[in-house]
Amino acid sequence: MNKARRNPVNVFAAHAVLIVYTLIALFPVFVIIVNSFKTRKAIFREPLALPGSDSFSMIGYQTVMKQGDFVLYFQNSMIVTVASLFFILLFGAMAAFALSEYRFRGNTLMGLYLALGIMIPIRIGTVAILELMVQTGLVNTLLALILVYTAQGLPLAVFILSEFMRQVSDDLKNAGRIDGLSEYTIFFRLVLPLVRPAMATVAVFNMIPIWNDLWFPLILAPSEGTKTLTLGSQVFIGQFVTDWNAVLSALSLAILPVLVLYVIFSRQLIRGITSGAVK
Amino acid sequence: MTALSLTNLNKSFGPVKVLKDIDLTVEDGEFVVFVGPSGCGKSTLLRVIAGLEDATSGDIEIGGSNVNTTPPAKRGIAMVFQSYALYPHLNVRDNMALALKQEGQTKAEIEKRVAEASRMLSLEPYLDRRPSELSGGQRQRVAIGRAVVREPKLFLFDEPLSNLDAALRMNTRLEIAKLHRQLAASMIYVTHDQTEAMTLADRIVVLRDGRVEQVGTPMELYNNPANRFVAEFLGAPSMNFVPSEKLGGPAGEDVGIRPEHVQIVETAGRLSGTVIHVEQLGGDTNVIVDIGSEAPFTVRLFGQYAVEPGTEVHLGFEDAKTYRFGSDGTRLG
Ligand SMILES: Nc1ncnc2c1ncn2[C@@H]1O[C@H](COP(=O)(O)OP(=O)(O)O)[C@@H](O)[C@H]1O
Ligand SMILES: [Mg+2]
Repeated sequence: MNKARRNPVNVFAAHAVLIVYTLIALFPVFVIIVNSFKTRKAIFREPLALPGSDSFSMIGYQTVMKQGDFVLYFQNSMIVTVASLFFILLFGAMAAFALSEYRFRGNTLMGLYLALGIMIPIRIGTVAILELMVQTGLVNTLLALILVYTAQGLPLAVFILSEFMRQVSDDLKNAGRIDGLSEYTIFFRLVLPLVRPAMATVAVFNMIPIWNDLWFPLILAPSEGTKTLTLGSQVFIGQFVTDWNAVLSALSLAILPVLVLYVIFSRQLIRGITSGAVK
Repeated sequence: MTALSLTNLNKSFGPVKVLKDIDLTVEDGEFVVFVGPSGCGKSTLLRVIAGLEDATSGDIEIGGSNVNTTPPAKRGIAMVFQSYALYPHLNVRDNMALALKQEGQTKAEIEKRVAEASRMLSLEPYLDRRPSELSGGQRQRVAIGRAVVREPKLFLFDEPLSNLDAALRMNTRLEIAKLHRQLAASMIYVTHDQTEAMTLADRIVVLRDGRVEQVGTPMELYNNPANRFVAEFLGAPSMNFVPSEKLGGPAGEDVGIRPEHVQIVETAGRLSGTVIHVEQLGGDTNVIVDIGSEAPFTVRLFGQYAVEPGTEVHLGFEDAKTYRFGSDGTRLG
């Protein structure tokens, strides 16, 4: 910020607000991770204390590793999340490009129709989806989850991306056409790199709900071989006893991959290569 | 041979007619400028010629063959955009080479043409830079270079100078004129700036609301405008219009007088009024006079004159150098 415009009181206030917010946002994560390294007694005696020499315990992680096939659950969650994101971004961007770039009959209507899904939760259709999956034999496959999540993510993706694509310079696309680039090349090589920040936003928005979802894995793919991490962790939460060590350890482990994905996408968020393209 | 011919061209966006019955030919090697106020359809016309928009009706011929259904890349044209529209992910060399690669030219040929164009436009030091590392003027030269390497039958320029500052605009203007002489190529140049039109054109096409108002050499249009719109649009400062009655003529007519054809005279002249503002440009002086009609009256004096605002002045001019226009803007004499 410019020195002449910097007001110490404002700067302080802004930082104070941001720091408080960060603390509040990180607090649950902190509690989960800290307690995952403690004995069961210590968790309940002093939930906020750091693990000491007497309260330190890896029992939770050991349970998690013994119980069920956590590596497989991890892998399933990863496959479902990454594949769903890939399809959401690919199809969302293509639909958005068509809506923003081409004038055709019913363009606006089509846009509205595609955006309708933002307002209607996909879970309303759970029964129909389940029937469909049973009929197509996709129950207990990861593909079932990927298809559902792709459908769930597309409306918002199309909505956000078409807004951004409208801002990509027409001249740039036209220059490509005059130079003989195909529409696909224009889309993949010229337009997509320029809307990368928007793509990253869409990815981040979609990633967390997909990773955390319990509903569809439970209904569509509850078999041992297709369990996701969230579903797999449920074995520790019982109606009468809950193995808190194991739950907290499983959650701590589940945070890691999302964190990595988030860091990757947020890099893209701030990288602006548009400067110098036009004007 | 004709480089371009447009017959009965129309273009509508939904119910809005943007281009209306355009008939036009551009001869080989000619520099034609489309000029008109913003929103009159110049860019649309250029994009229809380029094939980026389909004409609603009418025919487009480039180099003698009908291109109504030919895609832009195959029309033998190259276009330079106002916003430069360089590919942000490619360096200068690749920006220029891309179209040639798409055409399937050999490596040696591509290299030769890029070298030639970058020499012509003094772009050699920047060949390995990305567009984001160039100044506005350099970017525009790359955009021009990208068109030059294609050796098109027809160049299309859409307001290529309007993002540049005044000094750079003058330089680039000269460069485009030089390029036209060197390449002897047919060029169409769109601008809303009458100075660019007058200085660059072999022929000017004046457009208004999607219609061609007049076509001719710059001096033909300047000396013999077909109507009030053309008379007002070309020439800076623009022509003065005085109701005929003030000069003893019939009602409902206007007399047009160019500012440079008026003198300030000692004895009571045909018109008189109060000086309201003086613009000293060094080389000439613009005196703006309130003569009691709606619009202020501009007098262009060559050289430097000290005229105080508020002074009463008398204005003289020759009748031979005036134009008469009807109330609907048509030229009467
Ligand atoms: N894609 C489009 N859809 C609808 N109207 C358009 C479109 N492009 C241009 N127009 C309209 O056509 C008219 C002429 O535009 P344009 O050719 O860009 O003018 P100019 O280049 O002379 O300033 C304007 O009124 C503009 O609103
Ligand atoms: Mg324009």
